[in-house]
Amino acid sequence: MVEQMDLSMVNWARAQFAMTAMYHWIFVPLTLGLSFLIAFFESIYVKTGNEEWKKVAKFWMILFGINFAIGVATGIILEFEFGTNWSNYSWMVGDIFGAPLAVEGIVAFFLEATFFAVMFFGWDRVSKKFHLFSTWMVAIGSNLSALWILVANGWMQFPTGMAFNPDTARFEMQDFWAVLFSPVAIGKFTHTTSSGFLYASLFVISISSWYLLKKRHVQMARKSILVASVFGLLSSGYVAFTGDEAAYNNARKQPMKLAAFEGLYEGQRSAGLVAAGIMNPNKKVNDGQSPFLFEVRIPGLLSLLANRSPGTFVPGIKDLVYGNEKEGVMGAEEKIVKGREAVKQLALYKQAKKAGDSVAAQTALDRFNQNQDYLGFGYLKSPEEAVPPVSTTFYAFHIMVILGGLFPVIFLLYLAFALKDTLVHQKWLLFLGLISVFLGFVAGQCGWVVAEVGRQPWAIQDLLPVSVARSNLTVGAVQTTFFMFLAIFTILLIAEIKIMLKQIQIGPEGR
Amino acid sequence: MVRLHPGSIFRFYVEGFRSMTVGRVLWKIILVKLFVMFAILKLFFFPNYLNTNFDTDEERANHVLNMMTRSAETHNVE
Repeated sequence: MVEQMDLSMVNWARAQFAMTAMYHWIFVPLTLGLSFLIAFFESIYVKTGNEEWKKVAKFWMILFGINFAIGVATGIILEFEFGTNWSNYSWMVGDIFGAPLAVEGIVAFFLEATFFAVMFFGWDRVSKKFHLFSTWMVAIGSNLSALWILVANGWMQFPTGMAFNPDTARFEMQDFWAVLFSPVAIGKFTHTTSSGFLYASLFVISISSWYLLKKRHVQMARKSILVASVFGLLSSGYVAFTGDEAAYNNARKQPMKLAAFEGLYEGQRSAGLVAAGIMNPNKKVNDGQSPFLFEVRIPGLLSLLANRSPGTFVPGIKDLVYGNEKEGVMGAEEKIVKGREAVKQLALYKQAKKAGDSVAAQTALDRFNQNQDYLGFGYLKSPEEAVPPVSTTFYAFHIMVILGGLFPVIFLLYLAFALKDTLVHQKWLLFLGLISVFLGFVAGQCGWVVAEVGRQPWAIQDLLPVSVARSNLTVGAVQTTFFMFLAIFTILLIAEIKIMLKQIQIGPEGR
Repeated sequence: MVRLHPGSIFRFYVEGFRSMTVGRVLWKIILVKLFVMFAILKLFFFPNYLNTNFDTDEERANHVLNMMTRSAETHNVE
């Protein structure tokens, strides 16, 4: 009974965190990308002196302001949740993230408070060049303010540059640069920000398409589309490149996630990539059933993507759970033994310290250190618990990739027709462009589902499962705040959509 | 053009806020939101669990260590 209640609390806390992050991610990518698009529009205005470009920049700036205002501080709620629902986790990582996040908050606040004001209030009151400089600073500042939170997320996926202190129960930073420049952190930052650029480009194209369909503000819409399609096309390429890097890093640091998002149960040499498929809902790790009811597989491609070499071995879920001696894969089964030893030695260390027995404490500490890389596995009841929800991860990944393949086609078509000046006649494309912003939203959310659901059950990869990261709260307390947030975020979303639609309806002439 | 001395910077902000149209609605939303978040949610629904239940860092560390070792005991760790 106690176990069931605990599990429910963990799941409600997970759901609450996921909901908060998903709502937060409605606003953030638009801020990241739109800020640069506005900087491009204004740069063209300053370069050419053409007032039309100033009108374009000012219009998108208003929508940027609406999005920023509604979205501001929604991320703080995540920090509330850390302290309340995930207090053990917060305590353990406080040394690593506390100060940098605070510094980032202060720098971002002053950067944005200064240059944001110039950007909005400074038209005709500061020089053109200083205004442009301020717009660029807002774009750079907005993106930099996403840096440390993404580095923190990268660290949770691949903890590095730290050591666990068994006296304070904290992970303490040993190498700042290893944390900042870990391949997973860099990959997380570049992939996430560039997906924001892509999303904002779709946003601009979507609204501009609506204007073209309505035959309103045609010049502004065409100019906006021209810049957004180029930026979107370049961003799409970069998103694909960083996505490939992310998969390569997954193969090294989080092979279970890679196996889950590819639905790969049995490890293979020359493993094929599933381009599309329907998963078998009854599939269990070791039941011999086929994982797919239907699949389209490209031979050898997964090995190439995962290891940069065709013909190489990619471990499947079964290998990662039970081990594969032939291929040198240690399974969760063996890691659990080591993890339980680590936990046992931690308990012995605590007892010895309390009793003042320094020899026994040192012995326990040495044994703990030998096994601490597997610490988190010590809390799993069975090796199968190391497997994330496979279907959710698989579908989210494939929806993201399919949409990620569609977006550059959309951008390319828009660019081609815009250059030929025949865009207004392409009604089908304008309708596709109109809905593309929703597709971009879906792709972004799917990306986070792959990143976060795909790494379950870990709060910190291999070191801390969510069941230990949580606080001792009742289910009711978390449920209450879950529904409160649901209501608040929905109100904010309705407010954003309403104010934005009103402003779009008014168009660039309105203030 | 704005010159960089405190008075003109202050006027820059004041006049900027006065000339806002959409911005006024947005500022109202921001202020209400911040009030709800910090004065209601944070205060009544989101206390920091460890700060509320323990007085010192040592107690907090002990609690977390207990959780880390006790969880393992319930999972059949000797």
